[in-house]
Amino acid sequence: MKRFNKIFTVVVLFFLYIPMIVLAVASFNSGMDIAVFKGFTFDNYSELFRDSVLLPLLLNSVIVAVLSSFIATVLGSAAAIGIHSMGPRLRRFTMGVTNIPLTNPEIVTGVSLALLFAFVGTMMKINNILGFMTLLIAHITFNLPYVILSVMPKLQQMDPHLEEAAMDLGCTPVQAFFKVVIHEITPGIVSGALMAFTMSLDDFVISYFVYGPKFVTLPVEIYNYTKKPLQPKIYALFTLLFAAILLVMVLMNLLQVRDMKRNRENRRAFRRKQVNV
Amino acid sequence: MKSKSLAAPYLVWMVLFTVIPLAIVAYYAFTDSQTGQFTLENVSNIGNYMPILIKSIWLALISSVICLIIGYPVAYFIAGCDEILQRFLYMLVMLPMCISFLLRTLAWVALTEDTGIINNIITALGMEPLPLIRNNGAVVLGMVYNYLPYMIMPLYTVIMKIDRNLVEAAEDLGCNGTNVFKRVIFPLSVPGIISGFTMVFVPAVSTFYISQKLGSSGTTLIGDVIESQFKTAYNPNLGAALSLVLMVMIFICIGVMNRFGDDEEVITL
Repeated sequence: MKRFNKIFTVVVLFFLYIPMIVLAVASFNSGMDIAVFKGFTFDNYSELFRDSVLLPLLLNSVIVAVLSSFIATVLGSAAAIGIHSMGPRLRRFTMGVTNIPLTNPEIVTGVSLALLFAFVGTMMKINNILGFMTLLIAHITFNLPYVILSVMPKLQQMDPHLEEAAMDLGCTPVQAFFKVVIHEITPGIVSGALMAFTMSLDDFVISYFVYGPKFVTLPVEIYNYTKKPLQPKIYALFTLLFAAILLVMVLMNLLQVRDMKRNRENRRAFRRKQVNV
Repeated sequence: MKSKSLAAPYLVWMVLFTVIPLAIVAYYAFTDSQTGQFTLENVSNIGNYMPILIKSIWLALISSVICLIIGYPVAYFIAGCDEILQRFLYMLVMLPMCISFLLRTLAWVALTEDTGIINNIITALGMEPLPLIRNNGAVVLGMVYNYLPYMIMPLYTVIMKIDRNLVEAAEDLGCNGTNVFKRVIFPLSVPGIISGFTMVFVPAVSTFYISQKLGSSGTTLIGDVIESQFKTAYNPNLGAALSLVLMVMIFICIGVMNRFGDDEEVITL
């Protein structure tokens, strides 16, 4: 059974990476058709770096992702701390509101925001309301729940006596927060911010309903491209992105493994010392 | 405590950009596009789209079940590895989601097209090309591929947390391998199954890109209809009515599924 599961897992992982292999091979293809490999070339990569359309769009995506994840992290972390000290009734209401964008299909979130902006646009008589601001608002909105869901567990795991102890020792509540609480919840804030950043960078469905022609992000442009034949330099761009992400993830994994091993050795050394004493 | 008020800006934001927009969706669903007066026309028009809605639910259900069947053994295997390997395998499952799902779907189009990679190989071997694309099967393949990690994630988290002592206790009391799984591990992983099922079903039932690329005119899904009302047909009132139906239907589905799990916390990831 275990052997079967092992082979099965390898097969499924391979299945998950098939499109990446196709894209990577296509990025070195000299022909335009992704399905026919004409010959090996680096032209797509050199064209990518001379390109003046794709890279600015990637920059647009990064700008929205950085800003929206930053604002969502600040708003969301503060909210998590607030929710933590709420009574059960208010808390249930707030968590209910938090769950709406998580359970709603993305298309409904996109449509509802598009209608809101259209409504405000006609009210305030603004013709082209869709643009950078609407995109940013939409991204902050769908990022917020992810930040809250990663900070809340850290607050719940935290020993409430720590904060009290700090205040007993003369801290004001604000000092106690910055000296004690913030250190306990930092891992949650960081993972929430990272999650928000990746969600925002890759979002297509919601962006598609609230973007304006003046400010386009990369996923939206790829969708618009796919009505015409796709240029191979896009494959080159995403092969590079994938390679970069893979490298970062593997490095982080190796660092964690090193830390884990070191911790284990330290514990062993500590135990040996205790025995000797 | 004053810190309660720290949540105030967040609540204002969520009311402005989540609750009010949904109210506007309801408003549009019940008003006429020209006159802006109250009408039931949009809602009664939904009847015409019933077959499409049922088809969307059906394909999304099939995809969720396939994801569960494929995802469970994988999550079970990962949860049984040692800690270092667990982290590595989990990363491998998550990693494909970092690359634009539009491009990954396009790669599947390139693979399954009539003159695509798979059919090129088949014809090179001297066989007849297969009709792989523009059918229900291709849409289900696209859904399973795109949302499989959403099934594996919660399953892995739940299975990993199962107390190994329980398994040992069951073995001590005379359970064999199959019975340990049937009586201990599987019942304890039900919350993971439910949350994985919702995490696959909700995006699958509302997708429009996958069906546009891998399906044909016969596999139009409810997401395609909503998208076209906003982007090409310009009837936002009908689009709003359909969105409302989709939303209500999903909330009912989640409610029913949570009945199975009798655990209120399931949907919160």
